[in-house]
Amino acid sequence: MDSNDKALVFGEDVAFGGVFRCTVGLLERYGRRCFNTPLCEQGIVGFGIGLATQGYTPIAEIQFADYIYPAFDQLVNEAAKYRYRSGGTFTAGGLTVRAPYGAVGHGGHYHSQSVESFFTHVPGLKVVVPSSPAQAKGLLLSCIQDPDPCIFFEPKMLYRTSVEEVPVGEYTIPLGQAQVLREGADITLIGWGAQVHVLAQAAQAVADADGISCEVLDLRTLLPWDVQAVTASVNKTGRLLVSHEAPLSSGFGAELVAEVSRRCFLRLEAPPVRVCGADTPFPLVFEPLYLPGVERVVDAIRATVRF
Amino acid sequence: MALRSASTQLLGRAGLLPAAVCNAFHRCMSTSDKFSVEVLPFKAHRIEPPNNVVETSIDELVGMYELMYKMRRMEIAADMMYKAKLIRGFCHLYDGQEAVMTGIEAALTKEDAVITSYRDHCQHLSRGGTVKEVMAELMGKRDGASKGLGGSMHMYNRQANFYGGNGIVGAQIPLGAGLAFALKYQKKPNVAIAMYGDGAANQGQKYEALNMAGLWNLPVIFVCENNHYGMGTAEWRAAKSSTFYTRGDYIPGLKVDGMDVLAVKKSMEFAKAYALEHGPIIMEMDTYRYHGHSMSDPGSTYRTRDEISTMRQERDPVERVRKLLLAKGYDAAAIKAMEKSVKKEVDTAVEEGKAAATPPNEWLWRNVYVAPANMDMRTVEGTYVQPTYDPTYSS
Repeated sequence: MDSNDKALVFGEDVAFGGVFRCTVGLLERYGRRCFNTPLCEQGIVGFGIGLATQGYTPIAEIQFADYIYPAFDQLVNEAAKYRYRSGGTFTAGGLTVRAPYGAVGHGGHYHSQSVESFFTHVPGLKVVVPSSPAQAKGLLLSCIQDPDPCIFFEPKMLYRTSVEEVPVGEYTIPLGQAQVLREGADITLIGWGAQVHVLAQAAQAVADADGISCEVLDLRTLLPWDVQAVTASVNKTGRLLVSHEAPLSSGFGAELVAEVSRRCFLRLEAPPVRVCGADTPFPLVFEPLYLPGVERVVDAIRATVRF
Repeated sequence: MALRSASTQLLGRAGLLPAAVCNAFHRCMSTSDKFSVEVLPFKAHRIEPPNNVVETSIDELVGMYELMYKMRRMEIAADMMYKAKLIRGFCHLYDGQEAVMTGIEAALTKEDAVITSYRDHCQHLSRGGTVKEVMAELMGKRDGASKGLGGSMHMYNRQANFYGGNGIVGAQIPLGAGLAFALKYQKKPNVAIAMYGDGAANQGQKYEALNMAGLWNLPVIFVCENNHYGMGTAEWRAAKSSTFYTRGDYIPGLKVDGMDVLAVKKSMEFAKAYALEHGPIIMEMDTYRYHGHSMSDPGSTYRTRDEISTMRQERDPVERVRKLLLAKGYDAAAIKAMEKSVKKEVDTAVEEGKAAATPPNEWLWRNVYVAPANMDMRTVEGTYVQPTYDPTYSS
């Protein structure tokens, strides 16, 4: 907001600081550039696209990713295709849409959904998911500066639980690059957002109990995803496990597994496996049963290594 | 229509409720005699409003009072249970708005369809549900209104044509238009009530629904429960025009004092007759919620405590009916007896909810269309089971 006077922050309730306090203080510092919108997701995103084509940098908030669907048409049909259909004359690239996503313990059907896979299917968009505060800052700044429309899903479970030192000042983390969180030799575990921490716990558990050495990758950007890093890792370990909260069928894990199977076929020691949410709507009381928790990941690691 | 619960009827049959009331001048009337009450005049848009004199009777008022008092005590109990962490997740309370749903029920039958937002505990009650079902559902127990699978925002009643209970803001409005279409198609003398709030009034899908309803003359009554705040945003901050009853443009509208159950009843009787003959109409209910938007919202950062307490003192819907009953000579002891019985019902429901069982894990997989591929369910013992896909909840 300081370096770019065409940056605007808007959405439902952002002016008072937002329901997760993400925009606290912006109104006081930037006045009219941080403002509330009425309750109209389709309008919010469409309005943002219009601003973006004029060279502004709109940072639109969708209050919960569960509410993003009215804006789906605008994102898919307008934002993603503007540059392509105008032969480069116009672009909605300045647009960044932020939305809290994912399970939070008691969110139920409409405050817990993981919606990233709907958007990874759309050429023209970028989909980014941080897994910690330092990642969030760097990745968000990259999204804001990125010349293409970006959707930034913030794992709401981590708003309060994730604490780390964040560098002061401006820095960016490049999009399209995964990060190796833990080096290993026996199996590659891939996740994003809050699930990365589940994978880290599972990796430690099997290291302690079975002596299995896991390599944990935080994908960070889903579209475009870091093919090099993933294939390099799977070529090293020979096994792949992808884990996400979103339901199993057609989740983003499917894309990763399909591509890795093709590229690393001869190297694979076991079929790639996905440990994901159940193929049901996100439940209310059954949340612990539905989610891909540490126990399920550990079971899948052991089964894959012993294949 | 009968709003009185079984317990009140029992008290009546046992001779414990007054069958006649006598005022200070010793003129006695029977509790079923009709008398008139004046309410705040209605504001109208593109329609001639009904007059502001409402006919009612002691019997009707007693029934309304009992329902409203039950709603009030139930919501207060939910507040306490939430703070005790027996209810988790999201919980949107209706206290302050009781007159709206009670007045609507007084004008409708169970053959009319009702659909509303997530603030639906009292709708479930008024449509024939019990406090026990609401409490158990809030606590996520299998005895709940939706078997513990829906939670606070998703309660339904098929027999009473109550279509819920919707989490996404405004999504219920086009659904309401669809309900009305079905009723008209089946040539039923019934209407659909689509309820929404002042925040939802700015959603695009509302206007799509209004247009379709107007185009096809659907018997739908759009009820805007204007409690003046969309979560934390005051109506004038979110809407260019906060005269919600006029925002249907070519669709007529009425603005009603939503804190007065008799005004609501009169206006809804008028609206039902209109909708059956001509088509859609918008009712703006001027109401208020004492609690914040949900239990996560203290409700005091965007409005003053003075405003809330003034509402309680001057316009409380439950108090108003109580005062009216007493003014008409109704026995204060009878009111106390009824209140005591309602409190007992709520307390019992809470205890039963606490003791009830949670839904079995297998129900995660019920009402899912296709057996998911590759999805063995891990039990807490560490074994895996293939879930069954029984669409009934027989176990």
